[in-house]
Amino acid sequence: MAIDPTLARVERELKHTSPLIGCRFDPSGRYLYATAQDETIVRFDTTSDEKLSLVGHKSWARGLAFLPGSTSSSHTLLSADYHGKLFWWSSADATKPTRTLDAHEGWVRAVAVSPDGSTIATCGNDHLVKLWTAAGAPIRTLEGHASHVYNVAFHPDGRHLVSVDHKGILKDWDWQAGKCVRDLDAKALHSFDPRFYADIGGARGIAFDTRAGKVRLAACGITNVSNAFAGVGNPLVILFDWVDGKPTLLKLKDAFQGTGWGVAFHPDDYIILAAGGSGGRVFFWKGDDATSLHEVKVPIGARDLAVKAQGDQFAVAGANGTAYLYGFTPPPKVEKKPAAKPKK
Amino acid sequence: MRAPYFCNTAAHSVNRRAFLGTSLGAAAALTPLGFASAAAAKTLQKSQKRVCVIYLSGGASQLETWDPKPNTDNGGPFRSIPTSVPGTHISELLPLSAKQAHRLAIVRGVNTKENSHSPGRTIMLTGRRPDPAIQYPHLGAVSAKLLGSESDTLPGHISILPNAEGASNKSDAAFLGPKFAAILLGDGKPPANLLRPKTLTEEADLQREALRKKLTDRFARSRRSAATEAYSESFDQADQIFRQADLFDVAKEPAKTSDRYGKHDFARHLLLARRLLEAGVTYVKVSHSNYDTHHENFDFHLEQMGEFDRPFTAFLDDLQDRGMLESTLVVVMAEFGRTPKINDRYGRDHWGTAWSVALAGCGIKGGAVVGKTNANGTAVTDREVNGGHLFHTYLRAVGLDPKKNFYPNDRPVPIADPAAAAIDEILA
Repeated sequence: MAIDPTLARVERELKHTSPLIGCRFDPSGRYLYATAQDETIVRFDTTSDEKLSLVGHKSWARGLAFLPGSTSSSHTLLSADYHGKLFWWSSADATKPTRTLDAHEGWVRAVAVSPDGSTIATCGNDHLVKLWTAAGAPIRTLEGHASHVYNVAFHPDGRHLVSVDHKGILKDWDWQAGKCVRDLDAKALHSFDPRFYADIGGARGIAFDTRAGKVRLAACGITNVSNAFAGVGNPLVILFDWVDGKPTLLKLKDAFQGTGWGVAFHPDDYIILAAGGSGGRVFFWKGDDATSLHEVKVPIGARDLAVKAQGDQFAVAGANGTAYLYGFTPPPKVEKKPAAKPKK
Repeated sequence: MRAPYFCNTAAHSVNRRAFLGTSLGAAAALTPLGFASAAAAKTLQKSQKRVCVIYLSGGASQLETWDPKPNTDNGGPFRSIPTSVPGTHISELLPLSAKQAHRLAIVRGVNTKENSHSPGRTIMLTGRRPDPAIQYPHLGAVSAKLLGSESDTLPGHISILPNAEGASNKSDAAFLGPKFAAILLGDGKPPANLLRPKTLTEEADLQREALRKKLTDRFARSRRSAATEAYSESFDQADQIFRQADLFDVAKEPAKTSDRYGKHDFARHLLLARRLLEAGVTYVKVSHSNYDTHHENFDFHLEQMGEFDRPFTAFLDDLQDRGMLESTLVVVMAEFGRTPKINDRYGRDHWGTAWSVALAGCGIKGGAVVGKTNANGTAVTDREVNGGHLFHTYLRAVGLDPKKNFYPNDRPVPIADPAAAAIDEILA
């Protein structure tokens, strides 16, 4: 059944004791993995109250992705941290990592897995994009960015890979040939603040979509920055038509101050953005309409967004340590108790 | 109104002719680039104490610099790294500074009890809380007054800013008088229109200046005031800069040297500071902007400390190589630190309760670490100090007695806050 964004509401609050950073649903949709400032990854079972802490990182992690498992219900989680490390965690026993790798010099900002599950891409503050086998053997390094690389994603065809840096340079790579095919313009996601002499930018979230009969790419972050150090700017999604590379800046119907931290395509042809700044918001766009049609107030600044493959739920990683699990079902009706009869 | 100066010495009645004579005499010892000959420089280096303040505007985070708390709730994502001093760790954002920790003293127990920019700045630069009854001179003015000499051919107090627009030096010198107020160099450049226009010949300029001086002197004989003094001093300072304009041009440095500092603005400004100190300027403050990271503290500190670390260590190396480090006090300070608690925008807010200052050079015991904060950085647990203690320490480090007085209007005003004392543990 198609969703109705106006019905989006918090169905469950998945609580942790430390502020959350990133979140992703496993391919089955049962588990939500969330990274936290206490350097753990929390696995919330969305079907029960159970949660498990994945302990191993010695820093914050934000990048999360999944390798397919040997069965439909198994998977391997990849997590990437600020110290340049990439971790593998098996769903069979997630209490300890099955492998760790020194992937980059400095922060690994994102990790992605190719559609066939055979290749891993990572990117980071060393300005590099790196390709690895699923087991972690190096394949090749892509050089060309001149600033921190904030995000990476595989095109659904598996042959192309995109990466976006701090300055809003989006590179389309033929990764097997090791060549940059073209640059796309995501510079609206970068600003230099002359008051504070600081750059702010980067794609904090990125997603591909093929479901509307064409390939589209969305990248999100912050734009219109007037005060970088106070985060005074607006969240932005740039939507690219993959064929011609033409960008469309998606607008917010109502002004909001903050950063777009996560963007995803919903199976029912919606684009969803989670933003944090002066509070938290989730915005919805429909089809090719460049103006948001609906927004949902999140109880706290949103730091990431995950949409379940099935489309019936999405999750927002909260700065207060809570992952808010949203659904699109009407709220249960509360039966009104009959008024007590007045005592005689 | 008479200028409320603390004395009536010759310092306040600079005779331009005498000044020019002195500067010309001194200039004879200068190389074409304005630097002293090796022998003269050596004498200067040994005899003159200087001060350089590197000011991390907006308030750098102690947790991302000198007092990291990795793997705690407030620690943030970065790790701490070992330094050249066994047992001392600092943030991984300062890898080059870590190698020079044996030259640094780190004060980790600073509590200024002030979370606002302007009062925080006053506390750190004057060693006192703002006082509505009296303005105290900044460290730069005190240094210029007490460490400078009549024979100096350059202003004693220079402040290098990323941009001088909107900046003011009005409160710098307080009762010490405008002679000791900062010359502000926006982007390291002398003020606009300072240099003689090409259409004006040197001879015409001298005649014009002589006339101005004659009229000023005549006026000052009967109606000398703070305003006329400030006017006169500004001309003298402009003249001093004008005559050594090359000094302000860091492009004169060998490429190898500027490469060691880096190509960005702060690197250029710190290299300029070294040139000025080397040429005899008593006090130079270099501001690095900006650290007021209420939002995305970690990304911005990565960026800013990356800019700071390399030129800072190149600067210390240069001072050492020139034999100037033992006579130059270097202080890395800000108006406050940043909150241990990370806000929901990955920011850290203003925090004067438990933060750090680093020092090096003249009179400083390299490798010393004094003061301690608790496990997650929220409070000072050992050897708490404030801006007053630090101010005493700066003065003692350069051989001055902070317990002496200034005498504005014949009234004794202690040079440093009598309620505080120097941090002896970091003094050599």
